[in-house]
Parts: sequence; structure tokens; C-alpha cells
Amino acid sequence: MPIEEMIKDIHFKSETRPDWCPSCGDFGVLSALIKALVQLQIPPHEAVTVSGIGCSSNLPGFIHTYGFHSLHGRSLPVATGIKLANPKLTVVATGGDGDGYGIGIGHLIHALRRGVKLTYIVMNNQIYGLTTGQVSPTSDLGHVTKTTPEGSDVFPVNPIRLAIAGGASFVARGFSGDPKGLVDLIAQAIKHPGFALVDVFSPCVTFNKVNTFDFFRSRVYRLEETGHLTGDFAQAMARAGEWGDKIPVGLFWKTDVIAPRRPLAPAQDPAQGLDASLWQNLIKEFQ
Amino acid sequence: MKQLLDIWIAGAAGDGVQSTADILCRVAARCGLHAFVYNSYQSAIRGGFVYAQVRLSIGKAWLPGSHWDILLALNADAVARHRAWAKQDAVVLFNSDRAHLPGHLKGLGMPISELVPDSLMQNVVFLGSLMRLFDFPPDPLERLIRETFSHKSDKIRSGNIAAAKSGFEGAQGIAGRFALPKPDKSHMIMTGNQAFALGAAQGGVRFYAAYPMTPATGILHWMSEHAGKLGICVMQPEDEISVINMAIGASFAGARAMVATSGGGFALMTEAIGLAAMTETPLVAVNVQRAGPSTGVPTKTEQGDLWQVLGAGQGDFPKAVIAPVSVEDAFYMTQHALNLADRHQIPVILISDLLLSEHTETLASLDPEKVTIDRGLWADPNVKEFRRYFDTPSGVSPRAKPGMPEPFVFTASSDEHDEKGLLISDVATNPIIRQRMMRKRMGKMEAVAREMPPDEVIGEPRAELTLVGWGSIYGVMNALVERGRREGCSINALAIRSVWPMNQENVRRFLSEAKKTVLIENSYSGQMGRLIRQETGFDLTNQCLKFDGEPFYEESAWPVIERYYKGEIQGRQEILTPYGIVEDLDAH
Repeated sequence: MPIEEMIKDIHFKSETRPDWCPSCGDFGVLSALIKALVQLQIPPHEAVTVSGIGCSSNLPGFIHTYGFHSLHGRSLPVATGIKLANPKLTVVATGGDGDGYGIGIGHLIHALRRGVKLTYIVMNNQIYGLTTGQVSPTSDLGHVTKTTPEGSDVFPVNPIRLAIAGGASFVARGFSGDPKGLVDLIAQAIKHPGFALVDVFSPCVTFNKVNTFDFFRSRVYRLEETGHLTGDFAQAMARAGEWGDKIPVGLFWKTDVIAPRRPLAPAQDPAQGLDASLWQNLIKEFQ
Repeated sequence: MKQLLDIWIAGAAGDGVQSTADILCRVAARCGLHAFVYNSYQSAIRGGFVYAQVRLSIGKAWLPGSHWDILLALNADAVARHRAWAKQDAVVLFNSDRAHLPGHLKGLGMPISELVPDSLMQNVVFLGSLMRLFDFPPDPLERLIRETFSHKSDKIRSGNIAAAKSGFEGAQGIAGRFALPKPDKSHMIMTGNQAFALGAAQGGVRFYAAYPMTPATGILHWMSEHAGKLGICVMQPEDEISVINMAIGASFAGARAMVATSGGGFALMTEAIGLAAMTETPLVAVNVQRAGPSTGVPTKTEQGDLWQVLGAGQGDFPKAVIAPVSVEDAFYMTQHALNLADRHQIPVILISDLLLSEHTETLASLDPEKVTIDRGLWADPNVKEFRRYFDTPSGVSPRAKPGMPEPFVFTASSDEHDEKGLLISDVATNPIIRQRMMRKRMGKMEAVAREMPPDEVIGEPRAELTLVGWGSIYGVMNALVERGRREGCSINALAIRSVWPMNQENVRRFLSEAKKTVLIENSYSGQMGRLIRQETGFDLTNQCLKFDGEPFYEESAWPVIERYYKGEIQGRQEILTPYGIVEDLDAH
């Protein structure tokens, strides 16, 4: 390929500069997504980023691809519709933990079992940032926020376990502070033939003073360096349960078992309705 | 010879009431009669009490009848519950193994166990008997049985034909009792839901999503059954929120998309109706109303969702609401709605009701070429610069879709945005752009108003009394106008098809020239009356309302309308159809 035709980072540069707080974890995710798309040489017009609402859900505005910035929690249905209507597109849903594991968790469960080929990147900061710091579905037990002054009194959602149990065929966790590892995980996820979840520790530097970059830097270790078997369900579930001094990142679970799908809707612009013989055929059932 | 017959088929859920009604209706339609079938059922899969009211007539059948000439009693309960609604000289066809008739009813008991090997075939026996009562030849029914059971074994097919024959022969004693003419033509039969689905298919829908909800499920069933053949992607997602957001995604990607539900599901869709408007993504959503609020009476008809549909979605945005009035209309209006949505890049809501969607009626034909697909304005692929939300005089900007190369790449956003689609809502809100984008979107309504379908006047342009209604009320209004003609009363009617935006000037002029008006609606509040007052200033003070779950029947509506006509009553009148409470009736 002539070098001038190659897809480069600059092709994905948006007119809008991200309005995230300086050193927000989401910057690392945005840049990793761009690098993964470049690595896979996917041109901006064949990629669609789809999001809900929240700080991280502003991502489609900060990357030059087709984008759909939808309603709070609804990125997966919108992304599914886009992919079904035009399977040639690379569709990446992005959002935060409130969007995906709170208001949108019902859609997640069904997207997992539906298996439509989508990449879902959740920028998990364990807090509601855009609404100025309330408890989130992934906040740790005891986490003090504006709405939990005495500490969170509910167990956090474990998205990795949930996804594996829910029938996902690709479940990974990245860390915004590990750009190289994150690019690799997102690229693998985009190549994966089914639904792929990439949960990313993407610290909120303003409202979450517990789960910071330093918190994760001192705890995360890479699964691939432990000889983890990504096709071993029990091992994947066990690793997904680890939380504390050691927190695993990388690919937890991958399987080739994906729900089969019929051919999808051709996203054509029909100039005409049904052809005459089909019409005649249909009308017979009413005669 | 009879000009009109009401045949009721009654039994428990699972007795085959609907399929029997369908066969009867189809045979009659093939013999050139008009038919109307209304299925009355409950949220029970087995047991309970269900019945189909079948009306056969020489002229157009607009409605079910409130009383029967013939009752096909599939169990003993059927006789007990329906005996109060027998017309004079009515006849009951019943299984004499299981039931006997109360003294005052006439009937024909068929010894089913002697006639057929399986009591499940009793329905076919009765259908055979009906042919004899109508003085019909047995062949059309036989042919239909052959078609209906074409995928079954020879044994089942011949068994059912024999059952029909035995019924035909067994009714010899009352042959021709209800003789019907056999006009030399044939009609199609279709439900409203089938017409919505067929209209969507003919209108080029490529993506259809729905969550099962009575009474809109019929559309989903038809779509699912035909999806493969038609190349339509049909999805049944986890809830109506997912349904509509998926459809918006598909539409954004370039596929014509439609969804359907009832009021409860529509409530869940509401936020995304605004999303379609804000991102200027075309979408057609069908709301088939049932009796609410909340779960309400899920299997009964009502028109109480008008305000819900008008108010669906936070904020101010352009949308259109169209109310088809008949099965035929549902077919054409669906295509019209799809075009309107694409031409103006707005959500369009088709509002139906249970009676309109679930009843079967006869149609002469449907014209597949009457409405041409118009996908609206698309970007010229040769332009050098592209702004997705370019502010045009009409408010409509040329569309692009993912996959189109530079310069078309853009992001659609539920946040307020500028012409390029860039957000103006976060870092620095911009009142100038905000106002301009609001104007651009809302400005579409001017052209939308011009492209709304015309409302329909039934009968003469001027009359002593003018009825006003919408949706399935079209049927009872037609019946009442015809009744008026027969009784020497000058009555006409206005059926509102364009709900939002309303054809304000036409409606105002027509109503202000009317001598006396009556709103007819299946609701408590007379919702269309209030909308008309809001939009035209005309106050429909006479309101004939029914909110018992049952449709209007000519028999009970006429005396009320006649009293309005004669000036004996005014204001609000409520009608009740007290079906199913035989004990209470006996007590009186």
C-alpha cells in the first residue's frame, strides 16, 4: 500500500478537542482506540463510534469517525441497529460504568447473548463524573461519595464475571495507564467475530480519590504473563473475582461459540417496493 | 333472502374460535359477501371465554353486530353467556353431547361423537352446517379446508372434509333458513395489523423491531413470518427501549425502519422519539391503543392514548401523528408515514386501536403502486464540503450515512449541536446556534402540515348532524350515516386522519359550518374533542363516549345519535355494552 493511502492517527483527529478534565483516564482510551483503528487500517468512514451519556460518552465527538451520541444507557441498542443494517461497518460502542452497568445493564445482558459483532469499551471510573460525583454501580463497598456520605452499602457490579456468565465470547479488562496493553486488547476485540467487552480502568481524577492511577498502577498485573487460559471458564471466573492488592488486566475469556445469525438487513435505499411477483404471492394469503 | 347476518362463534380459549371465524370469513369473502370479524378474548391461553363476532353482508360490513342470528356454541358456557343477545328467530348450533338448549332458544344439536372421530373437529362440522343454512354449495368450504390443511396428512385433510360434509348433511332440516345471496365477485380479507405490516413491506422497510404487546403483536408475527422472503431484518429485543433505539440505529445507517407497540411500550419509547427528532433520523412508530391506564384491559379496545402520543418526548420537536381509519387506510398510511419520515427526517407516529388493528374486514383490492417510495434528500456524493445539519429554508438537510467517504463523516448527537453536528451543549453553550437549530428543526412542521393526509367526510358535505371521530370510529360513523339515510335523517361525519399537525383550517371551516356536532370516541375524556378545541377553537360539546372496552355497536349507538339529532339530548352521553353478565340481566 502506498504510504500516502495508509490510515494514520491524524485521520481520526476530530475538530473538537476533548473537554475531559486534564489527565482524565479517558484520554488514554481515546488514543488507544485510535491506535487500534490505525493498526487495523480501518478508515474513519467505515467506523462508527456509538455512545450513551456521561463524560466518557462524549468520545464520539472527539474522534473523526461516524458517530452516534445517543441517550443515557442506550448505546448498545443503537450500535446493534447500525451493525445489523450495515454489517460492513466497524461499530464500537463506548461509555461509562453508569451508562453501561447502571441504566443500560439490561441492554448489556442481551447484547452479550445476542452476540452481534460489536466492540463495547466501558470507561470504568467507579463514579458518576458528569453529575459531579455520585456512587456508581461499580463503586466499592464503603466508597464515600456525595450520595453515600457513610459509604456505599451495596456490592459493586462485577462486569467481567457478569459478561462471562452472560454468554459473552470475548471479555477483557484494560487500564488507561497501560496504553500499549489497551491498544492490543481493543484491536483484538475489534477483530473478534462476536460481541466483545473491554472494561477499562479509566480513573476519574476529579471525583474518585480512591481508585486513582496510582491505585491501579500498584495493583494491576497482566493475565497473559501468568499463563492464564482464556478458554477455561472456571479459571476466567476465578480471575475475574480477584480484587484487592492484586488486580488482573488482559483477556479473561474468549470462545468461538457465538450465537448464529441469519443474513442481515441490506442497508439499501429501495427505490421501489416489492417486486410484482412477490406482491402477487403475498396477496394470495389474503384471498 | 338475508342481506345481513351476525354469526357468533363462542367457546373457551383453545377451542379454535379465531380459526373457525377466519375460515367462515374467508369462504364468505370468496363468495362475494362482505365480512367483519371482531375477536373478543382475554389474557388467557386456555379456558376463559372467547368469542368472535362475524358479520356477513351484501354491502360493506362496517362493524360487528351486538346481537346474533346464529350462535356456534363450542361449549355449554357459550349458550349461557350469549343467550341474552339472540335476535328473533335466532338459531344455536351446538354439540348435543355436551350441551342442551334452554327452552326459549331454537337450535340444531349435532351429535359430534357420532359424526367425527375427534371432538376437535366439531368446528368443521358446524362450518359445514352453516353452509347449508346459508344455502351455499359445499365446494368453497371444501376447497378452503384443502388449502388450510395442505401441509397436514391426507388423513387429516380427508377427515376434515368428511366432517364438513356431515355437518352439511346434518343441517338438512333447516337448510336455507338463513339463505344469503352469492354475488359474482370475491373480496380479500385482512386485519389492520396485517395491513400495517404489508404497508411497511411495500414501503421498503428493511428493519422492523418490536417487543410482543397486545394488540400490536400481529404486526410482529406477520413480519417475522415473512422476514426471510422479504429481506427484512426483524428483531425482538429485550424491551421497547431497545426496540426503538435499535430502529434509530438502523435508520441512521440507512435502512428504512419501523417499530410498533401499544401504550405501555410506547411509554418506554418516549425518550427516543425525541432522539429521532434531535438527530433528524427518520422513524415510524405505531401505537396500537388498548384500554388503559397501566396494564388496563389488555385485550380490549380504547382510544385513550391520544394525549400520550401528542406529548411523547421531553422538549419541543417536530413530529407527525397520523390515524388510519380502516384496514385499507392502514396499508396506504403506513407508506405515507414512511415517506413523510424520510422527507422531513422526523419521527412519525401511526396511532391505531385494538378494534382497527385486530378486526378482519373485506377489501376489494390494494394498489401497490398508489404510493411511491420517497427516501427524501440525500447528499450529492460529489460535494467537497458537507454539513449534516446544514440550515436550509425547509429545515431539511441532505443526509449521509456511515460508509460514505469524506467529506461526509459526521456524528449525530442527542445533545444540541451546530450545523456540522458538533456539540454546543458542553464547554460553551451558544444561544445563537441553539436558537437557530431549534428554528431549523421546528421549521419543518410547515411543510409537514402541507403533506399530511386529508381528513375524510362521510356522506353529504352538509347535514343536520355531523359526527366527528377518528381511528376505528370510522366504521361506526359510516354505519350511522347509512342508518340515517335509511331513517330519513340527514347525518354526515368527519373522520380525522391528520392528528398532528391537524388540518386546522379545513377542520375549523367544516365544523363551523356544521349545524350540530357529536364527537364519538372510545374514551372517557373525549380526547380528540379537546385537541380540536385547542387547534381550531371549535368546541365539540356533544360527546358520545364509550370506555367499557367494547367497540361501538350500531344497535346501541343509533338511539343515542337519533336523540341528539332530534335535539332531545345534548352534552355528554355514555354507552355501555353489558356483555357477559347474564345473571344481572336475569335479575332485572
